[in-house]
Amino acid sequence: MVDATLISTVSTAFQRRKWLAIAIPALVLAYLFYAAASFDVLGVAGRARMDNAQTFLSDFWSYKVSVIRDNRDGKVLAAIDGDARYSFAPDWVKTQNDVTQIDLGQGHLVTYDAQGAHYVVPGYGTIAISAPGGKITLDAPEPLPEWISASDTRVGVTTSAGRFIYTKSKVETQRFFAGWELFFFTFDSPFYGKSLPDLTALALWDARLDPAQPNWEAMSHDFMTNSLWHHGDVLWAIFETLLMAFLGTFCAALIALPLSFLAASNMMPWRVPRFAMRRVFDFIRGLDALIWTLILVRAFGPGPMTGALAILMTDTGLFGKIFSEALENIDEKQVEGIRSTGANAVQRARFGVLPQVLPILMSQVLYNFESNTRSATVIGAIVGGGIGLLLTQAIQTQKDWEDVAYYLILIVLMVIVIDWLSGIIRRKLIKG
Amino acid sequence: MADLAFAPTPEKRPDLSQPQHAYVRMVRQKRVYGANLLGGFLLLLATGFHVAETRNAGDFLSGLPMLGAFPSEVLSEGWANRANVPGLALHFIPSLIETLNIAAVSTLLGGICAALLALLSTRGLAPFPRLIPVFRRTMDALRALPDVVIALVLIYVLGGGPIPAVMAIAIHTSGALGKLFSEAAENADLKPVEGLASTGARWGQRIWLGILPQVAPNWASYLLMRFEINVRVSAILGFVGQGGIGADMKVAMQWGQGKYDEVVAIFLILFFTIVVIDRSSDWLRTRLTKGAHHG
Repeated sequence: MVDATLISTVSTAFQRRKWLAIAIPALVLAYLFYAAASFDVLGVAGRARMDNAQTFLSDFWSYKVSVIRDNRDGKVLAAIDGDARYSFAPDWVKTQNDVTQIDLGQGHLVTYDAQGAHYVVPGYGTIAISAPGGKITLDAPEPLPEWISASDTRVGVTTSAGRFIYTKSKVETQRFFAGWELFFFTFDSPFYGKSLPDLTALALWDARLDPAQPNWEAMSHDFMTNSLWHHGDVLWAIFETLLMAFLGTFCAALIALPLSFLAASNMMPWRVPRFAMRRVFDFIRGLDALIWTLILVRAFGPGPMTGALAILMTDTGLFGKIFSEALENIDEKQVEGIRSTGANAVQRARFGVLPQVLPILMSQVLYNFESNTRSATVIGAIVGGGIGLLLTQAIQTQKDWEDVAYYLILIVLMVIVIDWLSGIIRRKLIKG
Repeated sequence: MADLAFAPTPEKRPDLSQPQHAYVRMVRQKRVYGANLLGGFLLLLATGFHVAETRNAGDFLSGLPMLGAFPSEVLSEGWANRANVPGLALHFIPSLIETLNIAAVSTLLGGICAALLALLSTRGLAPFPRLIPVFRRTMDALRALPDVVIALVLIYVLGGGPIPAVMAIAIHTSGALGKLFSEAAENADLKPVEGLASTGARWGQRIWLGILPQVAPNWASYLLMRFEINVRVSAILGFVGQGGIGADMKVAMQWGQGKYDEVVAIFLILFFTIVVIDRSSDWLRTRLTKGAHHG
């Protein structure tokens, strides 16, 4: 009773599927191996700078206080990030005459004295450095562990409690603390070091610290002009990035809307202009954001307007294609009804076509606005505007990784907020 | 009576004794709202544009005539040295392949991660339903980070070369594709999974035999679409960071006059590649989603 041909077709189909299920993963794997070889993966493992990774990660969640002695004039400075503008007197540093004692915690003790310096490491011993006349001599228990690097001109010690560096010109001890110091107010602000309840009270009902202006105004001024974090500039840069995405996306939509009528087969009966318009859209899209950005930067110079125009160019091509496809899929009956009343082409488009497609188009535009807030960061890095510029600058200096962390967090927040907002609006648009 | 307290007051109801009148009034009101909204929006655009222009190095009107200057400069030099262009294009093929490899590897790796994340965060399929929100938020965070930004940080840690680029694009891709994959998986029919479960199949087997055959066409189509995007991204990454055709373009552009034939050659092969990839992936995607026989 069983059809023999059916059995054979089914079993060959099964065989084929089985082969595919093995062959596709095998091909992918083989390709990945080829790529790994051509990318020199093993070489990267050797080139990787784990010390860089460590600086980056520790800067992400902590800040350092440096205690620096200038070895020529003997002056001692304790400052955040070693920056003289943010010097203060921490209670774990004690100076008496020429001797400075630094308590790094966990029993780690560093002493600067007239002869040089010594560092007591619990469980290891004392690292003593004397530098008469500039020649550095190190006296530490042998054999030297790998966390001590020593040469004639420089001695560096890295422990869990901090970092210690002795050179001819200066000796520096760094201690790390969790958090981002001076994030809200710097030392010169009267609000520095106040707790959150205190600040709330000051902002809302306490007496004015400065009779000339209300406390909340002084507070926001001190916060925005924070000379270490530059919150005002950063927020402005975020605004600029959003502005680029906003202008680029919505101007592109306004330009693409009339043009897409020319490219839709049911709106444009003549073949030649329709074909030409489609090729123009294809060309604009194909030329890629990068190339448009480069051309525009040469003409308009760096800045947010150039970024907005770059987004505008690529999105015009994209919207032109999407819009004309949406126009081709409309219900012709509405247009016919409008036509029967004697309406001309513009009236038919306005009352017959637009009401049908507008919700779809708007939701597409909003979706692109979302993705453009992300690309505006990148385009900003190329054209030099917005948060992208700040971020690439901070990365290129390879020093202020806490700034990089701050910008990254702001970018993620910006993108999430825009996604969320546009999601709400899009759902409203589609439901009507 | 109480629930009538918020009903419209009698005066505000349209006067139905003259239906035409009421209709015209309603339409007029709607149009006034629409015009105001549009006007406000255009004003917002104009102000925004003005702000952006004041922050820009050059302004719009004086830049506009210059728009053609750079392309024409490049093209005229490229045309003068047109004999070099085919040779140069061949010379840049290896870096083009590197760019394409970066895009392909990162799409594949990102796709694998995305598939795992999607299955872990789809209702009905997830092995740990309690952790669904965790995986969803993870995908959101991965998606929110622009790939170029991740790449810049990774270049600092890993040194130059294609690996940081691959990792960066893969991270972003796994977030972006994960969302699309899980939406596709949510629409999958769960009956085969139940059937497999009744035979005692493990989670991996249920997914492999019950879900993957259903979602494979959609997933493959999303994967191709992402590959298109990632080719462009990896070109940009080369320009901002290093490696691939983007880096060559940056060098040639910064050199300026004298190397514009190289710029033309790179433009040409990049444009050609992007168009070919877009076209073939368009064709493949319609075939995948609409079926080989009907399409």
